[in-house]
Order: sequence, then structure tokens, then C-alpha cells
Amino acid sequence: MKYDGKFGKYGGIFVPELLIPAIEELEEAFYKFKDNKEFVEELNFYLKEFAGRPTGLYYAENLSKELGCRIYLKREDMLHTGAHKINNAIGQGLLAKYMGKTQLIAETGAGQHGIATAVIGAKLGLDVKVFMGSTDVERQKLNVFRMELSGAEVIPVDMGSKTLKDSINEAFRYWISNLDTTHYLIGTTMGPHPYPSMVKYFQSVIGKEAREQILELEGKLPDTVIACVGGGSNAMGIFSGFVDDETVNLIGVEAGGEGTDTLDHGATITKGTEGILHGSLSIILQSEEGQISETSSVSAGLDYPGVGPEHAYLHSINRAQYVPINNDEALDALKILCETEGIIPALESSHAIAYAVKYAKKEENKGKTIIVNLSGRGDKDMFTVAKELGVEI
Amino acid sequence: MNKLSYSEIFEKSKNNDDGIFIPFIVAGDPDYKTSLEIAKTLVDNGADALEIGFPFSDPVADGPSVQNADIRAFDGGMTIAKCFEFLKELREYTDKPFGLLLYYNLVYKHGIDEFYKKLSEVGVNAVLIADLPPEEADDAIKAANNHDLEQIFIVSQATSNERLKDITKIVGGFIYIASVMGTTGARGEVEHNTTELIKRIRSHTDIPLCVGFGISKPEHVKEVLDAGADGAIVGSALINIIADNLENEDVMFAEIADYITLMKDATKE
Repeated sequence: MKYDGKFGKYGGIFVPELLIPAIEELEEAFYKFKDNKEFVEELNFYLKEFAGRPTGLYYAENLSKELGCRIYLKREDMLHTGAHKINNAIGQGLLAKYMGKTQLIAETGAGQHGIATAVIGAKLGLDVKVFMGSTDVERQKLNVFRMELSGAEVIPVDMGSKTLKDSINEAFRYWISNLDTTHYLIGTTMGPHPYPSMVKYFQSVIGKEAREQILELEGKLPDTVIACVGGGSNAMGIFSGFVDDETVNLIGVEAGGEGTDTLDHGATITKGTEGILHGSLSIILQSEEGQISETSSVSAGLDYPGVGPEHAYLHSINRAQYVPINNDEALDALKILCETEGIIPALESSHAIAYAVKYAKKEENKGKTIIVNLSGRGDKDMFTVAKELGVEI
Repeated sequence: MNKLSYSEIFEKSKNNDDGIFIPFIVAGDPDYKTSLEIAKTLVDNGADALEIGFPFSDPVADGPSVQNADIRAFDGGMTIAKCFEFLKELREYTDKPFGLLLYYNLVYKHGIDEFYKKLSEVGVNAVLIADLPPEEADDAIKAANNHDLEQIFIVSQATSNERLKDITKIVGGFIYIASVMGTTGARGEVEHNTTELIKRIRSHTDIPLCVGFGISKPEHVKEVLDAGADGAIVGSALINIIADNLENEDVMFAEIADYITLMKDATKE
């Protein structure tokens, strides 16, 4: 391997020996093609013409007035397929094509990464298999249908908690058996090296754009950047644009579920301890004996007991703060954004909105400039939201 | 009870002109008591050493048979604390070598050195960590050395000669050859290039070689031994006997005894 994939002590390559050659091949290809002129041109073409970049940095005027802050929304919700996941799917999909692979596999929780992988597979002529916990298949039916329409095969996973964690286990198992033909398109900044660095690289377009945009709109850097964190790819994408600007506060918002004093949450950094899951050393939710915990959140995309190793690192050096938002607060925030701005955020992104509202209400934060990464749109969540609000549709 | 070392059993098998047969079970599958009886049945019917898994919530290197064994063990009340008791109790019964197969988080959470210390105290010989490649294994190797345990590593068809050379420098006990590119699980046939793989590895090292993944029939055992391996490891096929006879333990023990005898006999042909 070229690099050890460590962020401080976090990260690394904790995978079965059988995967090592594939990891080596992937690392070599990523560092080779990311600076290859043809690859870069093709990547930029797809980001612009297929996904719809750049996305706007939208001044949420009504919400800002109500809260006494200047709140900007980075509109990843406007992208093709409805979330930031497409940035990474295009990048890795193209990489797979350059590597000569014929099949993409992916895990998905909310279905956003699954649909992003499905469409780029369709576009590039690659077969796609998406592993999805059967609980998530049920609560994200609409996205399952969209994936299938795009020609992907959705494989329900019935083991364990039947959510994101279990779909990742199954994707790794499939990959081990099909290394020659298959690229595992991991959707977030977790997994063994080079995934955390590679996914961050493909998502860093969010932070790069946001930084340029805020400087143009405000003439200065923001005070605070807020993003939701499951595995942490949208957060790492936007944080990467500001991490070197020491004056900018970075805040990651985790799934507080039914409350972090219960067992039903996915607030990994808030409540977790160091451990190894899915290929890297990071912070995870686990038992005293090291068994991985089952998590819970109203948003399938944050329902995961791990977090990307670079987030664990940013937390350890106190460069970013991580806070929980519970289900009810996220649902309230979703309604607030619908009513004040006419924007329906994904339940995942609603966690970031909820914390932004909480943060803006604090006396010491009056007048601050805040960027919230609106990582996805809420269309996929309408059945869940209606159910939570007691409405039949 | 005293324990035999791997080098002692490999030496003995060389003199006897047979091969080593190592069955694998998950500690606590389907429950502590039955699992212990199963382990004793293996020993009594010709197993030369035992490979024992600790149940883990997220066994990514394992196929459905071992995954379900882990789930049964949890449902049967198994914990990691009880796994140590299990080994201790089993060591009182037999002097045959025990190798563990487990996932790194169980070790890491416990404290790496402390974990190895406890394993040594309960009479374990060797440890294989499914998700710990040599790149990340410095701490584990150090702990193994501190407590007189052997650290085993896996190699496969995809392992380059260069990498193989590095692994032979750090491996203890034996090299575990994964005969298929996949997860653990019983398969109809041994993959056709396993013979070449064994020969390639043999040409690089004199360290004993044991082949696992997909070994389920006597002819598989014979095939890998003929190719130059020193031993064969069987997991899923044995675990399937347990899974298929949960309602009738007498049949389960009888079938296990027959199966182990048959497989051990294949090492003598």
C-alpha cells in the first residue's frame, strides 16, 4: 500500500486478507486517475451536466429573520436523484469504469446512495447490485422502486438489525467473492483505506463551492458550518472547504433517535467508544464486550453504529464538535423549513436544520453567519413523515 | 491439563504419515453446555486440534453457516466472558492445540495485551483474527509474543509472492490457506487451482500449511494433503450438522462423531 490511511490513530485497513489485493488495486487506481486529465474532465462533465452542479448557496431569508442570524443553505438537495450522494457515485463509478470493472455494488440505508449508484451504473453501462436491510426496504419503498427502474437489482438483507450496518456486511461478503469484476462503491467516508480519503475527495466539491460562494455573497467566511453525520460524507464534504480556516466552527449533527439517554439512537461520537467496524478504527456504538450495537433513528441514512474515521479524528483534536438531535426535533425542523422557506429537507438534513435553529437561538450566537449543508431533499421521506405526524396519505 | 504445541502435532503426523484434521465450531453454538459436549466429541473422534470461533455481531468474512452459528450462540446466552470459561473447561479435558478465530474488535475493546494474557491463561495456543491483515497486526503480534501464543495469518490465491514472503516472517503455528476467494462455507468441490496454490506456497516456506474455506468432504481432505498441505480445516459442513439436528441432540452427536471419523480417516489414505 502507498499510504496507511490513518487520521491520527484512526482509520487504517482492518479487512480480511482476501480483500487486500482489491484494496491495493483500488488505492493505486484512485491516486493514478484522480489527477489524470481525461478522468478529471469526464468527472467534471458528469458533475455539471448529469448531476447539476454547482449547487446554490441559498440565503434563507425568512428563517434568518425569525432567528436573528444569517443562515445559508448549501443546496445539495437540488442535485439529480435528490442528495449529495451522487457526487461520490459519479466519482467512484467513473473510477470503476477506468479500472475495467463491469459491476458496481453498493450498500444503502435511506436509499439515496443506492439510487445514485443505480443511475450512474445505468449511465456508464455497469451492472448494479444494491444491498439494503429489509427494514429499510420497507420504509424506503419509493427509492427501491426508483433503483429497480434504473436497472439495479435490490437485494434485501435479513440479518441482524436489517439496516445499513447489515447491508454493508453483506456487500463486503459479496465483494470478497467477486473481486475481479466488481467495484464496491461505498457511499460514505467510512470503510478501509482508501475509502475515507476517496469519498471525501469526491465530496469535497461541496466545501470548495460553498467557500467560494460565501466569500462572494458575504465577503467573509462563515462563523459556523453545520451538517448531519451518519457515516459522515456530506459533513466531510462541506467541512473540507473550511477545516483549515480556524475561525470557522464545524458542527456535526448525529441521530439522537428517541434520546441519547435511551438505547434507541445513532449518536456515535456522542455516546460511542473506540473500536473497529467495517474496515477502520473509529468511534463506534458497542457493548462492553465489543459487540456492535443496533441503532435507531427516524432517518434511515443516520441509522448506523459507526462514523468515518476522520470525524473521530476531528473530534479528538477538538476541530469539530458533534451533537445529537432527536427524532422529534428533526421532524419539527422539517416542518419549520417547509413553512418558512418552502423547502422540504430530507430527514437526515433535518437534523442539521434542527441544530442550526437551536444554535441560532442562543444569545451568544445572535447575528452569526451559518451555513447548513442541506444534503438531500425530503421526497423520499414523505410516507415516514406522514406516519410520524399521524396523517394518512 | 498440559497442552501440545502445533509443532508437536505436525511432527507427530509426519512420523505417522497422516495429515492433521482440524474442525471449527463457534463457542456456545447452540448453547454453552451442548457446545462443550460437541467440542469433546470432536476430540474423542480424531480431531488433531480445534479451531474455535468467538461469536461476533458482524462477521464479514463468514458465510451464512457461521453467521447463523453466531446468532444461535448469542440466543443461547453466550458471551465473551463465557468463551474464556469454555476454553478453560475444554482445556481440562484435552491436551490438543486450540486455535481461535475471531474479529479484531473483540480483542481491541478488551485491551489487546490483556486479551492475549487471558487466552494464554485458559490454554489457547494460537489466534487468527479474521479482519487483521499484517499491516495492522503489530500490537497483536507483540501481545502474542508476550504471552507465548502464535499469531496465524491467512493467505489466498490473490496473495502475491512478495506478500507471502512477508507473511512467512511473522506467522506462527501454521499458515491458513483460504482455498476459495469468498467467505467461509461448505462447497461442492475444492477450487481447481487449490493444488497449484498449495504448491506455490510450499515452494516458499517449510511452515506447516492448513487449508480451510470450502472443505467439506473426505475427498477434499485427500486432495489438499496430496497437493502438499499438512492439514485440513472444516467449519461450515460441521456447523451444518449442528444446525440440522438442533431438535435431536443424540442424532447430532452421532452424526458429528461419524463425520469427524470419516474426515480424519481421509488424512490417513
